[in-house]
Amino acid sequence: MKPDPLADLALHFVLLSLVAVGGANAVVPEMHRLAVDVKGWMTDREFADLFAIANAAPGPNVLIVSLIGFKLAGVSGGLVAIAAMCGPSSILAYSVTRLWQRFRDAPWRKLVQHALAPITIGLVLSSGWVLANAADVSSTGVALTIGTVVLLTGTKLNPLWSLAIAAGLGLVGIS
Amino acid sequence: MITLDDPLDLPPKPIPLSALFMGFLGIGLRGFGGVLPWARRMIVEERHWLSDAEFTELLSICQILPGPNIANVSVALGARYRGIPGAIACFSGLMTMPLVIVLTLGALYERYGQLPALDPVFHNLGAAAAGLVAATGLKMAAAHWRRPLAVLIAALAFVAVALLQWPLILVVLGLAPLSFILHRQLRQ
Repeated sequence: MKPDPLADLALHFVLLSLVAVGGANAVVPEMHRLAVDVKGWMTDREFADLFAIANAAPGPNVLIVSLIGFKLAGVSGGLVAIAAMCGPSSILAYSVTRLWQRFRDAPWRKLVQHALAPITIGLVLSSGWVLANAADVSSTGVALTIGTVVLLTGTKLNPLWSLAIAAGLGLVGIS
Repeated sequence: MITLDDPLDLPPKPIPLSALFMGFLGIGLRGFGGVLPWARRMIVEERHWLSDAEFTELLSICQILPGPNIANVSVALGARYRGIPGAIACFSGLMTMPLVIVLTLGALYERYGQLPALDPVFHNLGAAAAGLVAATGLKMAAAHWRRPLAVLIAALAFVAVALLQWPLILVVLGLAPLSFILHRQLRQ
């Protein structure tokens, strides 16, 4: 018997929730691997589109998981996906912040911070890489990706400007 | 002052569940292009639920923990004031409106996303969004690139996940203890 895709997705996101050091952006490669390569829920292109929608909308960028769930099973799929992705990490956050007082001065706290930061950085850069591979099929795409990186690392502009410029160019047919 | 010594151990002032929900509802709606700055503004400057030092402390804990940082902040802050109901009020306040908006956009995409006129728009948006994420990673890296060990660990994570496409869960479960042990040995 084929497993229910929504249950399958929930199980994967529950596990992913607990390794998402640095938040949703860090686990994009795994979502992509799962949704596109392993399960074939959507194409590379659709994944890139949904990620762009989640970024253009207000709210935390973890919302990409609700779009993956929505694609699979409509609104209930979206809700299940967000609950699976946030549930375990929220329970952990609830427990740890209650106990934190005890660990406040523990020397390993700084150590954990230092040890995890580079992993998060490596994962977020991997996310950028995976998304660029999915989206950059033309020289305009490559230019927009590089342009966005330059704009955001070099200036204090709101990231929405870069999305607005990209959408504007697309509306007049440049892509 | 006690406030600075024990930021998370103060007797919390009573805040109604509805206020917790509404406060985070506002964050969700304003959070275009990043939610954290708005969260800080509402929690510290507008509603005075936490002092600046308390907020920084809470955020730094939530950044070590897995999961979306802002969701962790909402849960921890709600729990501090009203226990589990408070955590649920803050979290659902944060997520409700963005979920409604993003699922509406998802439905529109499903219906109209294949229109030829929108094709270049989505194509460009995807490319720009990839740049947003890469830029976020580079900005985070700026604070660490002088630490050779950090560069090594970040490079290992990138090679394993982006280039070799190994399962991310296994990579994190392997790299986290390795990074911790190496950092302890080198005391970086």
